[in-house]
Amino acid sequence: MEARPDIAVALVVLLPFVAAALFPLVHRLVGDVAGWVAALVPLAGFAALWPLVGSVSDGVPVRVAWPWAPSWGLELSFLVDGLSLTFALTIAGVGALVLLYSGAYLKGHRQGLFLGFLLAFMGAMQGLVLADNLVALYLFWELTSVASFLLIGFDHTRQAARRAAIQALVVTGIGGLCLLAAGVTIRAVTGSWDLSAAGSLAGEAYPLLVGLVLAAAFTKSAQVPFHFWLPNAMEAPTPVSAYLHSATMVQGGVYLVARMTPHLGGEPIWNTTLMAFGGATLLWGAVMALRQTDLKQMLAQTTLASLGLLMLLLGAGTELAITGAVLYFLAHALYKAGLFLVVGAIDHGTGTRDITALGGLRDHMTVTFIGTIMASAAMLGLPPLLGFFAKEEMYAALALGQVQPLVALAALVLGNALLGAIGLAVLIKPFMGEVLPTPIRPHEAPMAMLAGPLVLGALGIVAGLMPAQLGELLAAPATSAVLGDAVDTHLKLGVDLMGWPFWLSVATWGLAAAAYLRLDAGRALLRRLDGKLGWSFDRGFDAVYFGLVRLAGRVTRLLHHGRLELYLLVVFAMLAVAAIGPLWAMGGLPAWPRTADLRFYEWGVVALAVAGIVTVVLARSRLFAILALGVQGLAVALLYLLVGAPDLGFTQFMVETLSVVILALVMTRLDLDAADGRPFEDWARDGGVALLGGIAVTGLLWAVLDRPLDLRLSDFFNAHAAPVAHGRNVVNVILVDFRGLDTLGEISVVMTAGIAILALIRSARRRPTVADPKPAAQRRRKATA
Amino acid sequence: MNTLIFRTVAPLLTAVMLVFSVFVLLRGHNEPGGGFIGGLIAASALAIYGMAMGAEAARHALRVHPIAVAGFGLALAGLAGMLSLAFDLPFMTGLWAMFEIDRVEVAISTPMVFDIGVYLVVFGTIAAVALALEADEGAG
Amino acid sequence: MDHVVAALAGLFVFAGLYLLLSRALIRMLLGLTLLGNGVNLVILSAGRLGRIVPPIAPGDAKVPLAGAANPLPQALILTAIVIGFAMFAFLLVLAYRAYQSLEADDTDRMRLAEPPDRPQPPMSY
Repeated sequence: MEARPDIAVALVVLLPFVAAALFPLVHRLVGDVAGWVAALVPLAGFAALWPLVGSVSDGVPVRVAWPWAPSWGLELSFLVDGLSLTFALTIAGVGALVLLYSGAYLKGHRQGLFLGFLLAFMGAMQGLVLADNLVALYLFWELTSVASFLLIGFDHTRQAARRAAIQALVVTGIGGLCLLAAGVTIRAVTGSWDLSAAGSLAGEAYPLLVGLVLAAAFTKSAQVPFHFWLPNAMEAPTPVSAYLHSATMVQGGVYLVARMTPHLGGEPIWNTTLMAFGGATLLWGAVMALRQTDLKQMLAQTTLASLGLLMLLLGAGTELAITGAVLYFLAHALYKAGLFLVVGAIDHGTGTRDITALGGLRDHMTVTFIGTIMASAAMLGLPPLLGFFAKEEMYAALALGQVQPLVALAALVLGNALLGAIGLAVLIKPFMGEVLPTPIRPHEAPMAMLAGPLVLGALGIVAGLMPAQLGELLAAPATSAVLGDAVDTHLKLGVDLMGWPFWLSVATWGLAAAAYLRLDAGRALLRRLDGKLGWSFDRGFDAVYFGLVRLAGRVTRLLHHGRLELYLLVVFAMLAVAAIGPLWAMGGLPAWPRTADLRFYEWGVVALAVAGIVTVVLARSRLFAILALGVQGLAVALLYLLVGAPDLGFTQFMVETLSVVILALVMTRLDLDAADGRPFEDWARDGGVALLGGIAVTGLLWAVLDRPLDLRLSDFFNAHAAPVAHGRNVVNVILVDFRGLDTLGEISVVMTAGIAILALIRSARRRPTVADPKPAAQRRRKATA
Repeated sequence: MNTLIFRTVAPLLTAVMLVFSVFVLLRGHNEPGGGFIGGLIAASALAIYGMAMGAEAARHALRVHPIAVAGFGLALAGLAGMLSLAFDLPFMTGLWAMFEIDRVEVAISTPMVFDIGVYLVVFGTIAAVALALEADEGAG
Repeated sequence: MDHVVAALAGLFVFAGLYLLLSRALIRMLLGLTLLGNGVNLVILSAGRLGRIVPPIAPGDAKVPLAGAANPLPQALILTAIVIGFAMFAFLLVLAYRAYQSLEADDTDRMRLAEPPDRPQPPMSY
């Protein structure tokens, strides 16, 4: 059967999302075997991807695309080349085992939700590594962050879990925004959303792009100084740690760096930055791992170290280094996921993860012990496991170089040695020696939880025994994809006893053994140092986070102070500035009008209006103010009559009359102080803003009056009112015919206002007036509830 | 306010104002006037009646609740707009029917029905508010 | 004449804003009415003023006389007057009810929705 790449990609990327949406339902149907059912999804993806290996290893990447937003030149495109295929197969393979494991690890009604989250994460991760389109890449990148947030905070009743989830989301979210900016910049530089269409991005935007891409990668892959979120993320259930925070999500940053290497790599700034941050993270993680006693925390710190190691190798950038990185990625995914699953099994079987409280488990948990042996051996890099070849490859890459590679080499040897020591500790401390009392009597984990470590360990051995095939099928195509030109595999089974790399490996093992023997002393020393320091990146995050919350609180208090007149003041001042500001800035201020050709009775009406206004503002008694209000309304009505608007005049007259009537009806019942109690400074401030508003309105109007008037609409209405609409009163024809829909809306508003008024009056009648506002408010709240 | 003279004159005044309001409404299409102003005059008429005789009496004189009048007016205006849909014309297209009764041209049209709707809404709403305020005053 | 009415509109706006900024509810209502009249005059004068002659076609003509007032702003203002009145009535009753419930006509003392002692944002995860 011919392989259909589009179906394969759809199956790999979309099926997990569909399954995730349905899974809570599926879980209810299938019950206890939910883990087995969920594992089918990544297995299907794996099976769909496998046929593509042949084509890709022949050097022919597969690209599939669906139209997305054609008007923006955007299509949902995916690229399957050596690099993405390696990652995708790892994600699917490890994912199947982790889902299977989760089915047994987590029982109860929330299992369906948990497996659904894991499936959604898997789809996002597959989309991330397969996406060719920058928008899709960003989208899936953020989806992995969101899914990770949900999974870390899965046990959301614990504060530590909530904190870890928020921390991970914030840190990786910042990186996501950087990636978005990088994507938009690349689009601007190359004119295409597709990464495969972008060549070298050297140019003006190069330093910016390097900064943005590395910021995204470093936050996702937890490089120093963004490393603190990863150990905290261990609050997640153990399968999540095994999957997201060792094998997949945190590798997203590594993937991004590898993916961008053909476009951004080769420059000293790129290589040096990667090597510096990678090396620092490697040593930091390796040293910090020694400090821990919680098995999961030890593994988390070694994950940091491994991520740093991968960054360092990608920074070195030679063919050997890249191949080493690909091999190490695979080996690490296999052994680290295995180790996490083993730790989960130990936790499950004994009730504790504290390495100092565990011992002698080999007889009680034999199968787990076997799994641990295979994983730890890979971590130490013993032949003939895959980890060994990865280590040989990276040493060979750096052994013959100048100062910078030699420093990197030293960091690698030291880091690997410390990782090896942790591997030894995880293997020996819990399983050898005397049996220590544990919260639960030690017992073996169920089969579904053991399948993961065993299969992963066995795969590490099989891959180690077949390096030539592995190199041909995955390592060389992946290296080619990163380097941008075809590379042949040089991996073969066997140990070169005369070569530099082998003796460096021997040195690593020696150092690892020495570090293991001095583990307790080292831990005590590190704890003392840490106690003296009194500061950590973790606490720094808290300071920044709560500082932001406090700042937000202050800004809210500043802007939402709850004082109506100040809100209004700001609104009015802004309106005035908006009205007159542009005129003033662009020199469009009107000239002072020369003539005011008013007849005497027109002056009289204007004077009446002015007198009404002044009296309303200055009136000291309420009744006087209301009467003055009527006077100014009457003046306006007269003005309407004088300018040829009889309809307006009559309506205004009626409205003013009714206003005065209902004002009088209500005001007689209010015991209000009509005097203006504003202090002088408030009075001056309010008066100033109001004056500014008045001047702005007049100024704007005068400027408008200096310009010609567009009368097309009025002419249309004038010309068609009588002949077409059979009405000679143009104003009325506009209201009921030309713009009837507006009027319909308006009378709806009038009616709504009327209903609201009636409701208000009735609510008053039903309840007697209360003196104390507090109980009234409470009653009202209760009534609405 | 409820002096004998006021109470005697008020019903008369109300009647005159109501008739005048209908006159203003109907001539609105060709002369100054229309639904808005007519409705306001009618509402004032009812308010005067309420002031003189009490809100309860005014409401009783109207038979139905004024807000129901407003609702009917809104429905009438909406239906007047929708009538054109029956003739496969866009919403609110004006339809005209001209009759000649004794050599006087009489026009029945959807804009006129619409204007009557406006009249009823304005009248109903404002009368309802005014009467409610007056009744509230009596109770308080 | 347009300029004088424009200046009058500015005066209306000034008085309306000034009264709206006072904290007494009843003064704010008066201010709102003045502001509404001011805005109506703004619309009117922006559409240029005529004199006496309304935009009504005389008995035998099909269009209004030359020099008749501009009908468009009038149609806009007519709806604005009625809507403004409905809103005025609503706010008046609302103010009355608020006064009854809270025993206050000073907006600074009507702090139910945004009380002065609001709680701080949460300082934990």
